[in-house]
This record gives sequence, structure tokens and C-alpha cells, in this order.
Amino acid sequence: MTGHRMNVIHVDGQRVEVPAGASVAAAIAQVTILFRRSVTGEARAPLCGMGVCFECRVTIDGVAHVRSCMTPVLHGMQVQTDAGAAP
Amino acid sequence: MSGRCYDLIVIGAGIIGASCADAAAAEGLRVAMVEPGPIGGGATAAAMGHLVAMDDDPAELALARYSLQQWESFAELPEAEFSRCGTLWVARNEAEARVIPTRIARLAAADVEAHAIDAQNLYELEPSLAPGLHGGLLVPREAVVYPPRMARYLVQRAQSHGAVLFAGRTAKQLGRGTATLDDGTQLSGPVLVATGCALPALLPQLPMRARKGHLVITERYPDVLHHQLLELGYADSAHGDADSSVAFNVQPRPTGQILIGSSREFSATDAAVSPAMVQRMLARAFEFMPVLRDLQALRTWTGFRPTTPDGRPYLGAVPGEAEQWVAAGHEGLGVTTALGSAGLMLDLILGRTPAIDPAPYAPSRAVI
Repeated sequence: MTGHRMNVIHVDGQRVEVPAGASVAAAIAQVTILFRRSVTGEARAPLCGMGVCFECRVTIDGVAHVRSCMTPVLHGMQVQTDAGAAP
Repeated sequence: MSGRCYDLIVIGAGIIGASCADAAAAEGLRVAMVEPGPIGGGATAAAMGHLVAMDDDPAELALARYSLQQWESFAELPEAEFSRCGTLWVARNEAEARVIPTRIARLAAADVEAHAIDAQNLYELEPSLAPGLHGGLLVPREAVVYPPRMARYLVQRAQSHGAVLFAGRTAKQLGRGTATLDDGTQLSGPVLVATGCALPALLPQLPMRARKGHLVITERYPDVLHHQLLELGYADSAHGDADSSVAFNVQPRPTGQILIGSSREFSATDAAVSPAMVQRMLARAFEFMPVLRDLQALRTWTGFRPTTPDGRPYLGAVPGEAEQWVAAGHEGLGVTTALGSAGLMLDLILGRTPAIDPAPYAPSRAVI
């Protein structure tokens, strides 16, 4: 990754290092594929990667339902998925 | 053309028609249902599904009380999605709170439990309310349901008792104990028209206006809101005659989503979402609950409330006609009063003494 500035964010408390310009979804994928749970408790993960399916929504810096595939990483972001939540 | 004889032909399968068909089929009547669109696809699908006793009109309260008792039998039914969140009426100041004792007395007379809430208690119940509010009125036993699913359940239950559904069919003409459908099918038997805003197509002698409303639903935000909240001035918006009005009226869905209302417009006839009206409605909601600003809306839609000139539904015989009945015009209270309306209609149709006085709802009061 020479030549890329790296950003550090936390996903469910876990430290993740990704190149600047990467999406939060890409960073989350290093930790879990369970991004969110549906209303009936099913595990969900990004499908479209372009902001249409809304399956990649997570909580970023306390703001719920943010589409992680459309959000570039910023150094120090705190991301919360539903991976730890009970189904 | 012959052989299609019924004891009751219910036209319209919204929450009102579905309730009437279910009640009639449960009595052992041979029932036909006619519905051109989806079951509960009109005002029923657009509605909030708040089961609420409005006490400013004694007749409306009597009907609500009678109906709410029957809703209790569906409290455990999965299809109802019944959630007993209670209703919390919010007062901004002392002047607004002055009506609370009167309202508690009127509700108590109808066996509806209600308590006055001081400011401290208000914020314990709903910490996300804007600071500086005065107090409120809590009606703890009230609930919310999911109306279109309930309408479908009632239609299916009627079918399990032998009712026949003419789906995708429109009743084009009524005669003496007959209804002719758009495909030429002729049904014979007493007719009950429960077509809401579409009433004038079959019964033009009964005035009906469509009162447009908007609703917004958010993503899931559990723990933001716990009760159905309304401003105490809600009845002024709901029952006033202003051409357009908005009122603070928000509801926690069992999923954690938040339904945000409400708006009322008489002159708007197209179903399109009006950004100006949504903005006005949301501004009102944000005044009472600023945290709503930070939430994401998922969808906005409109619906039309079937509104009679005096705001009461038409429940009874169609004036001047034999074997024609009408149950329509419940405005914004059709889900609350559907089951009671059906009970009242069945009593009238079968010649029994109704459980409540039917006179205030007699369609004859309004004939043009």
C-alpha cells in the first residue's frame, strides 16, 4: 500500500486500517460481513455497493442508518454494526 | 344472472366493509364482498392505525367506546400488530392544559382511563420532547394496529365463514336489493355500501368530501418514542373546518419506526405528496420533538379521509331506498370505530336494538 495514506477507524471497537478514499463498507468487510439486521432479525450485508439497496446501513459516529458504501472513511470514525446485536 | 343470492352484499373492503362482512358472516349470513382494488387499499392503507377515543363529540365517543371494547379481542392477534403504547396528549402551556380535567371526566364517563401528567412526569415518559412543555393527558390503555393487514384478516375470516369475495370487480349500479358489477354479474340481496371517499359514485345523495392527509415514516429508531403523542390542540385541527391544517401527531411503530403526522386539506384533490405541506407538518412535529430532525425518513405518502359535513359517519339505511345500507364517512377515525360500526350495522340490518343509539349517525340527516 506504498503511496497510500492510511486511515484508522474502529468497527465494533476493533481497529481497522484502510487507505484514504476507501468506503466505510470496505473497512467493515475486514471485520464482519454482518452489517445490519432486518426487522425480523435476519443478517444483512451490502448488495449493490452503490447506495441503492440500503443493506449496508450502520451507525457512524452515533448517527444511525448511514449507508457505509457511500461514506468515505475519515480518520478516527467509530462504526457500529449489528454484528453484536441479538437477532 | 340468477343464483347469486345473498343475505348481504358488502361493497368496499376497506376496514369498514371488511368489519361489516366479517360481522355478517359470523352471524351466519350469506355474504358477498365486492372490491375493485387491494383489500384495505384506500384510506385503510394510508391510515396511522391509532385506536383513540376522541371525546369532543358525545356520539363519536359512544361509537369509539363500543368499538374499542371489541378491538380488545384482537389484542393478541399477530395480524393486528396490536401495540398498547398508550396515548399522551401534550400541553404546551397552562391554557392548553385547562381542558384536561374536562377531558378526563368525559373519558371516565365512557370508562376510558386517563390521567393528568405534570411536566416532570411528561419528560419521564418521553425524554425526547422539547423542553418547556407544561404537561399532558395520558390515556394508557390505547393502542395502535396495522390497518390494511387487519382488513385482510377480517376478509379472510369472513371467507372462512362462507363469504364470497368478488375481487377486482366494481359495483356499477344499485337497484332494489340488487347490485350490478362491471362485468355484468348481478348480485341480489340487501346491499351495504362501504366505499368511503368513493361513496358519491353509488350514493350521490349523501355528501362526502375527501380530506387529504400526509404521513412520513422513518427508519427504525427504537427508544426515541414510547407513546402515541398528540398535541392537545389536535381536535381543533382534526375537527375544525379550516381548508388546511397541521397538528403534532407521532406514533411509535412496533418495529421502532416512527410515523409522523398529521395534515388535513380539503381542496387538494390529487394524491401527490405536497412538499410544502410536508414541510409545514414536519415543522410542527419538530417544535414538539426536535430530535426528529436528526432521523431519516423512509417514505412519505398521502391518503384521503372520507368526510361527511358534520364529521360523523353515515351508519344506517339509505334514505328513500329499500334494502340499501351505508357505512361510510368515518374520516380519520375509521380504524378506531370500524368494529363498532359493524356491530351497529348488523343490529340495524337484522332488526335488533343496537348497543348504542344509532340516531346521531342516521344517513337521513344529510341527504342533499
